[in-house]
Amino acid sequence: MRPSRKLVFIVLATAALLGLNQIFEHGFGNFQVNPYYARIINLIGINITLAVSLNLINGLAGQFSIGHAGFMAVGGYTATYLTVYHGERIAAAFGSTLHDGVGSSIAMIASLGAGALAAAIAGLMVGIPSLRLRGDYLAIVTLGFSEIIRVLILNIPSVGGATGFTDAIPITNFFWIFAVALLTIVIVRNIATSTFGRVLATIRGDEIAAEAIGINTTRYKVLAFVISAALAGVAGGLSGQLFANPLNPQNLNFVKSIEVIVMIVLGGIGSITGAALGATIVTILPEALRTFDQQFPGLRMVVYALLLVLLMIFRPQGLLGRRELGWRWLRVPNRTRIPVALTDATDAVQHTDGRPVDRRSMLGDEREDEDQ
Amino acid sequence: MDTFLQQLINGLSLGAIYALIALGYTMVYGVLRLINFAHGDVYMLGAFAGYFIAEALNLDAHPSIFGAIVVTIGSMGACAVVGILIERFAYRPVRHHSRLTSLITAIGVSLLLEYGGQVVFGATPRFFPQMIRSQTYSLGGVQITNQSLLIIIVAVIVMFGLEFIVHRTRIGKAMRATSYNLAVAKLMGINTDFIIAFTFALGSALAAAGGVMVALAIPRIDPLMGLMTGLKAFVAAVLGGIGNIPGAMIGGVLIGLMETWLGATAYSTYRDAVAFSVLIVILLFRPSGIMGTSATEKV
Repeated sequence: MRPSRKLVFIVLATAALLGLNQIFEHGFGNFQVNPYYARIINLIGINITLAVSLNLINGLAGQFSIGHAGFMAVGGYTATYLTVYHGERIAAAFGSTLHDGVGSSIAMIASLGAGALAAAIAGLMVGIPSLRLRGDYLAIVTLGFSEIIRVLILNIPSVGGATGFTDAIPITNFFWIFAVALLTIVIVRNIATSTFGRVLATIRGDEIAAEAIGINTTRYKVLAFVISAALAGVAGGLSGQLFANPLNPQNLNFVKSIEVIVMIVLGGIGSITGAALGATIVTILPEALRTFDQQFPGLRMVVYALLLVLLMIFRPQGLLGRRELGWRWLRVPNRTRIPVALTDATDAVQHTDGRPVDRRSMLGDEREDEDQ
Repeated sequence: MDTFLQQLINGLSLGAIYALIALGYTMVYGVLRLINFAHGDVYMLGAFAGYFIAEALNLDAHPSIFGAIVVTIGSMGACAVVGILIERFAYRPVRHHSRLTSLITAIGVSLLLEYGGQVVFGATPRFFPQMIRSQTYSLGGVQITNQSLLIIIVAVIVMFGLEFIVHRTRIGKAMRATSYNLAVAKLMGINTDFIIAFTFALGSALAAAGGVMVALAIPRIDPLMGLMTGLKAFVAAVLGGIGNIPGAMIGGVLIGLMETWLGATAYSTYRDAVAFSVLIVILLFRPSGIMGTSATEKV
């Protein structure tokens, strides 16, 4: 995208989000948004951020993390803690309070930044040692780390311990949730189409081969892991400061991590729009099943589980596979479409006899992702 | 010294439970290279199967050793069938897909059993009938209940039994061959589908035995009881060296000891984090576990 078009996109997106936020908060004429639907839509936004960020590590880098809830918890608790204990002071520094637009926006940015940083550090601490491990072992270590984080949070009284962080100040709104979701999609999409993304694709294709051609696989895996963790931390910060949605160690357990996995698996591992689609379906589905659930408690989770197993048996590549939905700019290069930027770069590469090198082979792993 | 010995006994009995479940994880992983997440839930089903058999036999009113044996064997049989069904209908269809697919399937089956259990059995805990009257033996200042003693003895017998099956019988040889290389084992005329089903049946039966034993000692059973215990037992299997039978035993006992020890200190609220911390340390310094052997990865 040209810089001018980029700017137009940013301005339009911000204006649209602000407009929608206005409608969400204050209605439009006589029209008021049903608070129940508003809540679901907000949750969809947060889940899109979670799913797309996990997709970076599970989909693009081909690693298997089942501890995403842990990073969400670290970021969420850090962000919420900052707002609760220092939010007023931060807002006051700008001559404002937490109850007006400016003050709450500054507190939001500060808290999300802190949450992202804390989660990134946690990601680094988990990533450096554990990304030397592969497959199942990596999965179980990420699970272990998220459980350890949960037990630690349970033992910190100032963030509510087992009762959850109920002191949180609700400063999250529609604008922040979807601005973050959009930003996450853009970041992950840009990573996917960059050199970094190509390296990740190579690692996913064959880690040993990637090492053999001189890629420092650990470094790139850790980098992907840290970015993914930071984004999950931001999602946690949004979630913890959403109205009547306090963070609770009970909700940030293994099952939450699995929920995010279900989202990306359903949408198609490796597909960014797939992850967003999966997040939407997985958020709406339980709501649609709610009446069902009242008659038979727990049946909702049974449907989830059954869906997961059946999906793996009959369509392990998910709804979209590695394909992307939507406009061309959003698309990650795949077998059929290669963005202009990449074709420009690869045109320069020629065999010694002057034939251009087959672009597809330049793009690393583009075979169907059934490793083994 | 007495408290130390007492902790040792308590830790051993907790560890023996982890070990019983870890044996099942280790066997399935050894043969299929699959973390059977549902294994912890088969342990839960074992406890529930035992509960229903005991109710049917009215053992609450008439406790007897004979009844307890019937309950254990019945529960083991029921869970062996469940194990075979899980393998046949969930794992076999995805066996030739990537390992990620199998792992997600395993997680799905685990959730299915947990929440299916909640729907069928209800989420409220049930109380397992006291089939054996609780007795406490005192030995030089150290107390041990007959249930704990039973758990330890059963775990040791099972471990030696398994070692015998795997290393001394024909079917054990076929299991080892399948574990070594599934495709080649098949070419050698081994019915690998049968061997894998057998492994699942055996592992599930052991988990059921574990479930009944635990229910005897701690009579509260609920559909989510397998979640944490299962994960810790898996950690025990990795700690001992996954795929290795005595290793699973050692790993289980070590985790049991550490948890009991920490539970007795001021940091008892951190108990659940112990197993995972140990796991991380072990994987960093000796990824193949205490008794495991590492295999070089080839291109």
